[in-house]
Amino acid sequence: MKEVQARAEALKVGESIIIQTAVRILVPFIQIFGLYVIVHGHYSPGGGFQGGVILGASFVLIALAYDLKYSMNYMSERVNIILGNTGALIFVGTGVLCALFGGLFLDYAALDALIPLGPVEWRSFGIFIVEVGVGLAVMSIMVSLFWDLSSNGGLDEGL
Amino acid sequence: MISSIDLMLLSLVVICAIAAINVKDLLAATMIFGVYSFLMCLLWATMGAVDVAFTEATIGAGISTILFIGAILHTTRRSKD
Repeated sequence: MKEVQARAEALKVGESIIIQTAVRILVPFIQIFGLYVIVHGHYSPGGGFQGGVILGASFVLIALAYDLKYSMNYMSERVNIILGNTGALIFVGTGVLCALFGGLFLDYAALDALIPLGPVEWRSFGIFIVEVGVGLAVMSIMVSLFWDLSSNGGLDEGL
Repeated sequence: MISSIDLMLLSLVVICAIAAINVKDLLAATMIFGVYSFLMCLLWATMGAVDVAFTEATIGAGISTILFIGAILHTTRRSKD
């Protein structure tokens, strides 16, 4: 109890130990829900876009409850850029790979020539790959939008 | 689609839209805009467009409210002129 009181007194203005603890418990569940929405995107409501936004919102929540510096321990600018570009690369790369194997752009059935699973299976699996790419890209863009908007683009001190 | 629920949601959407424009405080307008987004989400869900409702709930009520607050906190309460 003494420890908690000492921690509560050391907090800066606008920080609350209740909110910080709640966010610390809540964030893993939000991230699992985001992954669920992305992975189940092709046969239930949701998909890469919504799941990516939920994943991005979890990092925004950390930045709101703590500060921008602390949230960058979990998602640094470098990791954010790498993840976003990887997502875009997965999306476009899948489409171009389909075109290279003789189909149209994003015609997943053409990937049957690469790994023979059957065209119907590939149509389902191809959408899944694209959803993962979209999710990564959207998460990165949402997080960096919040970073830039809340810190005037400097990324040194936020809300 | 149940017509009484639909009528209630539609009238609340209109009330929220008018209130978001007319309210003086920017932070209050942002909050009312979040309520508007959730009501639109319910409206999409009653129409059977679950995917659109999901997007409206995450983007409209979640991220855009946070981005609005992030922008508003860099403004001052009184205008300079």
